[in-house]
Amino acid sequence: MSALLLRDLRLAFRAGGGFGLGLAFFLIVTVLVPFAVGPETALLSRIAPGILWLGALLACLLSLDRILALDFEDGSLDLIATAPLPLEAVAVVKALAHWLTTGLPLVLAAPVLGLLMSLPGPGYLWLTLSLALGTPALSVIGTFGAALTVGIKRGGLLLSLLVLPLYVPTLIFGAEVARRGAQGLDPQAPLLLLAGITCGTIALLPFASAAVLRVNLR
Amino acid sequence: MGSIWEYANPRKFMATTDVVLPWVAALAGIALVVGLAWGFFLTPDDYRQGSTVKIIYLHVPSALMAINTWLMMLVASLIWLVRRHHVSALAARAAAPVGAVMTLIALVTGAIWGQPMWGTWWAWDPRLTSFLILFLFYLGYIALWAAIDNDDAAADLTSVLCIVGSVFAILSRYAVNFWNQGLHQGASLSLDKEENVADVFYQPLLVCIAGFVLLFLALVLLRTRTEIRARRMRALLARERMG
Repeated sequence: MSALLLRDLRLAFRAGGGFGLGLAFFLIVTVLVPFAVGPETALLSRIAPGILWLGALLACLLSLDRILALDFEDGSLDLIATAPLPLEAVAVVKALAHWLTTGLPLVLAAPVLGLLMSLPGPGYLWLTLSLALGTPALSVIGTFGAALTVGIKRGGLLLSLLVLPLYVPTLIFGAEVARRGAQGLDPQAPLLLLAGITCGTIALLPFASAAVLRVNLR
Repeated sequence: MGSIWEYANPRKFMATTDVVLPWVAALAGIALVVGLAWGFFLTPDDYRQGSTVKIIYLHVPSALMAINTWLMMLVASLIWLVRRHHVSALAARAAAPVGAVMTLIALVTGAIWGQPMWGTWWAWDPRLTSFLILFLFYLGYIALWAAIDNDDAAADLTSVLCIVGSVFAILSRYAVNFWNQGLHQGASLSLDKEENVADVFYQPLLVCIAGFVLLFLALVLLRTRTEIRARRMRALLARERMG
């Protein structure tokens, strides 16, 4: 498992791995928003939690088709599937690698971008915490979507269409935590629900991902 | 008449539905004409909503069918995954566009009613939002069926998507509740509640619901038959090319 994880991480970090893609996209979205809605601090700080969550989600969405498509094209996915490692574990490792290369940088970059969006003081902690809790769910759900569409040529649009509705609950609870935190309200209830979604998807979705991978590799 | 699984045999299914389908279609037509005519012309206007109340005869049945179609697809998908009956997978495939159109009808009629009543075509109300999400699920499901060439693989993948999607659809339904309080009125057709719509509206509404259920049944049977015939034709063409 660790060998596969290291391989995926190395591939992502080295040239052409698309490591910076999600991060750059996140940066572009948040930097462009003030140009679009105007530089009023009050407005920006009100919409900051939502915009930052949306940017993180879209950045995740953008990098999803890299999770499995390249491995499928050069045949290494077949080799991985014939290895003794069960496909469920492969799905977990792929999601983990995606989170480490996309989700984690987003979590770390979010407070800095929050500064640009003039996020209110108490919001930083809750925004970072909600992203740290929510982005693993995005990676796991995205791995399921990538596994569904891995055999399809140019499946990028289909992948987005399939994953979009699956992301809704995570986005609602995650953005709600950040919004309540920024406004000084008690964010405990959405925080617990967000944690529940993350734990539930990590526990159950790899089985679905492995099942559809088996169909696609048949 | 043996067990229900006999109808998993395409030949048996075709023979039975050949007889049943015209009856179901005729009954659907009668129920819809009677229900809609009764609802539109023979019921009084509501004292607050005026004649806009009559859109209920399209809105409620289509919304009901939009959800129940997904439920039917879920059951059909489970049957396919467990027992590998092709008719079941094809029925799920046949039902998806019907469900999508039902969702669209519910959304559009809701918007048409909402404009004079709420003063807006669209509000981010929990029910409206969850129907929009449901519509996206239908689109994704249909697109996935269309994108995969291998029939069995497509059936497997869409079945898993349907199961995962059901869980997330329910999650979204309650998540949006949390996020915004509703503008939409609560349930008013429950069997066990005091506060329902008045009987004058209730009775034609029941006829319309029956009409929509029958219409759904007729469309799904027809589309399943078409799918089976299309698959037979492909098999024949393939055989011809081989020989």
